[in-house]
Amino acid sequence: MNNQNGGPEIEQLVQLLARLPGLGPRSARRAVLHLIKKKDTLMVPLATALDRAVDTVVTCAQCGNVDTKSPCNICSDTRRIESGLLIVVEDVADLWALERAGANKSLYHVLGGTLSPLDGVGPEDLNINTLVDRVEKGDVREVVLAVNATVDGQTTAHYVTDRLESFEVKITRLAHGVPVGGELDYLDEGTLTQALNARTDF
Amino acid sequence: MEWRDEGLIIGTRKHGENAVIVEAMTTRHGRHLGLVRGGRSRRFAALLQPGNTVELNWRARLEDHLGAYTVEAKSLRAAELMQSRDRLSLSQLICEHLRVLPERDPHPRLLAEANAMHDNQADGYSLGCAIAKFEMRLLDELGFGIDAGSCALTGEQSGLSYVSPKTGRAVTAEAAKPYLDKLMRLPHIFGGALDLSEKDELEAAFALTEHFLNMHIWLPRQLSPPSARERLIKTICNGL
Repeated sequence: MNNQNGGPEIEQLVQLLARLPGLGPRSARRAVLHLIKKKDTLMVPLATALDRAVDTVVTCAQCGNVDTKSPCNICSDTRRIESGLLIVVEDVADLWALERAGANKSLYHVLGGTLSPLDGVGPEDLNINTLVDRVEKGDVREVVLAVNATVDGQTTAHYVTDRLESFEVKITRLAHGVPVGGELDYLDEGTLTQALNARTDF
Repeated sequence: MEWRDEGLIIGTRKHGENAVIVEAMTTRHGRHLGLVRGGRSRRFAALLQPGNTVELNWRARLEDHLGAYTVEAKSLRAAELMQSRDRLSLSQLICEHLRVLPERDPHPRLLAEANAMHDNQADGYSLGCAIAKFEMRLLDELGFGIDAGSCALTGEQSGLSYVSPKTGRAVTAEAAKPYLDKLMRLPHIFGGALDLSEKDELEAAFALTEHFLNMHIWLPRQLSPPSARERLIKTICNGL
């Protein structure tokens, strides 16, 4: 049965959009229809923006962030360099989340994943050597391990700590505890224990 | 098809955008995989971590299917494990060892030992012994255990001190004399009669299990030894 509602160009667009996270074939079809209806105000600017992004977006050779130049804007910021604080994250999405929070003006380092024996991800598959090189240069005072609170994330954190052991740099990690809006009744025992152990003056 | 069992989570893999394929070592159904819908949600994040023991309800149309799990918490250890590098390495080592077992083949004694090691706060020599015994039991249950019942040359049942790296059969110190450079030491914990210090005892035990795991499991399957093993053994032996 032929499910095509338009020409092959439209069908190709549907198939490509359906590969995006959060979109399936039906929602991709709706998106394509919407783009076609708003050709001048949405489709053309989107195509132009995509075209420009393809030409300009690069991965920062220093930190692994994505930007239009390398070193990226974050790595080039002198205030961040002077802070001497380097936050290690698993993925670019984590970097963006921390930047959204705006809690600290610091440099970042994107590992590109976590160590995972099950998925065959070893230290050589992650940006750990570049992290060691950055710390070795001596501009970093403190390394914050902002990896996920999962078994793989913490294994990676311990491995990175081992690799940085020989340098005179302070190594810290994010606190584990009760999230905002979290109800104690629904928290797992381990998190509760950690939250209680890491209690602060009030 | 439906069953309910208790299981130790030994691995998870992302499936699609929201689901997770959970690999669990269950008491009556062995190493068993199943899909947890919505497994990547916040609700399940703390639950579906390797090292946790959970109550599993598996359901599938046919027995051969992957099937879907519903999961309830039983003993959530992951957060505690994350606090200590050694405990985390231990948990990873146990999980990696359990992953070499065939699927859906129950090994309740191995699982009991795995749970006990997760729960005990033992360290040093006793932890080393527990790991070595666990590895030897793993070899035994896969059919590659050593034969320390009697001497391969004389038939004697006492005074066994060495093991052949080829056959896994034990020999007495007397019978081993002409072949000492080719044999491996049989420590007390595996029924040997050699008088060794705690450190030598553990080193001999780990050398033995490593040799046979390598020969029968890792090399034929083109696997590397578990990444946590070397570091953990080094930490334990250096601390003695």
